[in-house]
Amino acid sequence: MWSYEKRMQHPVNITCRNPRLAQVIISQFGGPDGELAASMRYLSQRYSTKNRKVAGVLTDIGTEELAHMEMVSAIVHQLTKDITPQEIMDSGFEKYYVDHTLALWPQSAGGVPFTATFFQSKGDPITDLVEDMAAEQKARTTYDNILRLVHDQEVCDPIKFLRQREINHFQRFGEALRIVQDELDSKNFYAVNPDYLPDLCK
Amino acid sequence: MEGVVSRMNVNSRDKLFACITATSFVLDDLRIYLDTHPTDQEALDYWEKVNRVRKEAVEEYTKCYGPIYSYDVNVKNRWTWVDEPWPWEGRC
Repeated sequence: MWSYEKRMQHPVNITCRNPRLAQVIISQFGGPDGELAASMRYLSQRYSTKNRKVAGVLTDIGTEELAHMEMVSAIVHQLTKDITPQEIMDSGFEKYYVDHTLALWPQSAGGVPFTATFFQSKGDPITDLVEDMAAEQKARTTYDNILRLVHDQEVCDPIKFLRQREINHFQRFGEALRIVQDELDSKNFYAVNPDYLPDLCK
Repeated sequence: MEGVVSRMNVNSRDKLFACITATSFVLDDLRIYLDTHPTDQEALDYWEKVNRVRKEAVEEYTKCYGPIYSYDVNVKNRWTWVDEPWPWEGRC
């Protein structure tokens, strides 16, 4: 069960619109390394993990990613608020605009629609946690790439906050992976799925 | 005079809201730390201390400026949940 808090995790107050930048930042809403994929990945993976601590990390980080999705969406919304047809044509926003007007729709910067194939939920906590650590790094790299293109401090500030969270989450997933590995059966040398262990090839 | 008072109110409203944002964030970060370090006494004490400050700030803000949680809507003759701006609207 979730309940809504009527506030941002970190404030987003952008006064200067910039539809060109919005088309780049939208990737962190619905792109391959975006916040929607992150949240769905962790919240899907948690059911099959038998370790309660790991399930806690997946639940709480998956929940925080929803708040990050709201922040990214707010940035895109404020960067495109009330833009004129002339601004739309001058910024290359027309291809998005024709299908979605000024609404938010999850897609990558290249226009690829959000899809569940952006993430995996494998039922093996080692497989899943290694993916999760990679996902946090990929998102951090994407925020680095965005920050090279941003010169407006009002946009920089929330993006830097989101970038820092990727680093913290990477650390927590690393600890979760260590917890799973510490509890491996000593005969499971190669860390085969500790949560589903019927014999292989029998 | 009225201008000064309303400006003071705006300032205290902003301050109270900033306090909620800051304390909530400390708890967001502590929550996932405690998931993997459930017996870190220093972190547990910090959680308790910050959680208390946050609770007071949310109560005060809700009373003076409106609900952050729909559960806290004060229902007399009007549903006030949708009266104040949504968080994505920004300040402008």
